[in-house]
Amino acid sequence: MNARALSYVLAAAALVGLTALAFAVGRYPVSLNEIFSLLAGQPVSANVETVVMQVRGPRVLAALLVGAALAAAGTAYQGMFRNPLVSPDILGVSTGAALGAVIAIFMSLGVFFIQIFAFAGGLVAVGLVYWIGSRLRGHDPLLALVLTGVVIGTLLGSAIALLKYLADPYNQLPAITFWLLGSLAAISPRDLATAAPLALLGLAPMLLLRWRMNLLALPDDEARALGVDTRRLRTIVVAAATLMTAAAVAVSGIIGWVGLLIPHAARLLVGPDFGRLLPLAMLLGAAFLLAVDTLCRTIATIEVPPGVLTALIGTPFFLWLFALARRPW
Amino acid sequence: MLAVDSLAFGFPGRTVGRDVSFTLAPGEVMCVLGPNGGGKTTLFRTLLGLLVPHGGSIGLGGSPLSSLSRGEIARRVGYVPQGHAAYFAYTVREFVLMGRTAHLGAFASPAKKDHLVANRALESLGIAHLADKPVTEISGGERQLALVARALAQEPRLLVLDEPTAMLDFGNQVRVLERIGALAGSGIAILFSSHDPDHAFLCARRALLLAEGRVLEIGAPRDVIRADTLERMYRVSVQVLPLPGGMHTCLPAIRP
Repeated sequence: MNARALSYVLAAAALVGLTALAFAVGRYPVSLNEIFSLLAGQPVSANVETVVMQVRGPRVLAALLVGAALAAAGTAYQGMFRNPLVSPDILGVSTGAALGAVIAIFMSLGVFFIQIFAFAGGLVAVGLVYWIGSRLRGHDPLLALVLTGVVIGTLLGSAIALLKYLADPYNQLPAITFWLLGSLAAISPRDLATAAPLALLGLAPMLLLRWRMNLLALPDDEARALGVDTRRLRTIVVAAATLMTAAAVAVSGIIGWVGLLIPHAARLLVGPDFGRLLPLAMLLGAAFLLAVDTLCRTIATIEVPPGVLTALIGTPFFLWLFALARRPW
Repeated sequence: MLAVDSLAFGFPGRTVGRDVSFTLAPGEVMCVLGPNGGGKTTLFRTLLGLLVPHGGSIGLGGSPLSSLSRGEIARRVGYVPQGHAAYFAYTVREFVLMGRTAHLGAFASPAKKDHLVANRALESLGIAHLADKPVTEISGGERQLALVARALAQEPRLLVLDEPTAMLDFGNQVRVLERIGALAGSGIAILFSSHDPDHAFLCARRALLLAEGRVLEIGAPRDVIRADTLERMYRVSVQVLPLPGGMHTCLPAIRP
């Protein structure tokens, strides 16, 4: 077996192991035997069934879904922006989603509307950035997009700051802070049923175009001379990645680092070819966020926000990868 | 194969050159000479449909260039750009396979046949041993050869090479010129630019002298590459010396 195949096998094995572990550990420990019995349809105690199916099940699936979606979107963006330090929020999807959620909280709307607003906010923000960025002709199209993303992101950030300032400090402000930190604790099966198809819808074009995506890593002229309509392909990639990220962020809040770190690590393992990179990045992203979320709910008596933990793990890991890498990306 | 008529070209809002007319037949090699900033690269980008012409017409294999899609152009014209900034560590093989894109469906990945074409391109340039090396780890000259291989993988009928020898050592320059001759022998039309007028003598049937965006002269190298035309283009004194066997070479006079 070559090193590449080994990477997939190890990542898949880690994912399965972590999933079993995530179901087992927690305030109410469940043995692996009980989990397997439940999966096999054999009778188990009602407590075990509730904990596994109602409490941990949605949360574990959410971690897998959000981790895989953020990693896939990050993989697409890093290739498209020809930059391994790009994360899925570079065009403002997270900031837009955050503003949407903050508006909903500010208006004292329910959870359902917070998610809808977050999802819509992400799409609107990227749509706006893309619309303005692609109208700045005569510049490198990628640079125009990134710079528009930065300034629009800053603007949206100010709007969030204003709403936080105006928000009721006893009810709304904690809710806003909590949302902005990101969490998988409150995810319901219904959230998953909405987010998963949207994320899959975003994934489909990436899978189909996996070969062509590679050509976006070339300078624009070269890709076009090789027969790629780069403008159209970029539009598709931005739409797909935004859909995936917005679907994830709407249910989880902002969880940083996954979309930046994981594609990078995967690329070091299997190289930059998108068709090979995407599946591994998704496996690693799912495994990473599941591990982080499991730690979040077990290392302390209170829940630790996953965004804090991904940053704590991500920063040294990233620096280590960077120091370790002898070759460029 | 290529018919250019009274072409005006440039960037949006800024015309760089005008009144360029020439034709290129299958198997013919034409060398474009001209000073830096003379419009060679802009002309090539226009011929590839990467820039919109400001006037005149470009015909490719009998069809107007403007009527062809990006894929249709890529199946007819191979492009070797001037140098290449490698961002990611694709292997040379993966890099050359990207030349097959226009022959693949939108959702397809390279198949066995595409690998064969890519391997043949690598072998013909003598870089098959680099196939599994990352493009970020090979030398500038090797990368230039990989770019040529990628263009050959397009299986083009016209090859446009923008200063293909600029980054190469003397031996690799000669090897690329030899490949240009051999490719023309197989029926591919070739348009290349160079900073060395000797390259036109070595392998081009015709030379196009381009200065300030206009055609100074166009014709057989020995007719148009003269001391006076070179001095006009480059503003230096040059002797064009005949060599035994009918060859010519250019020797600049260095003023103390």
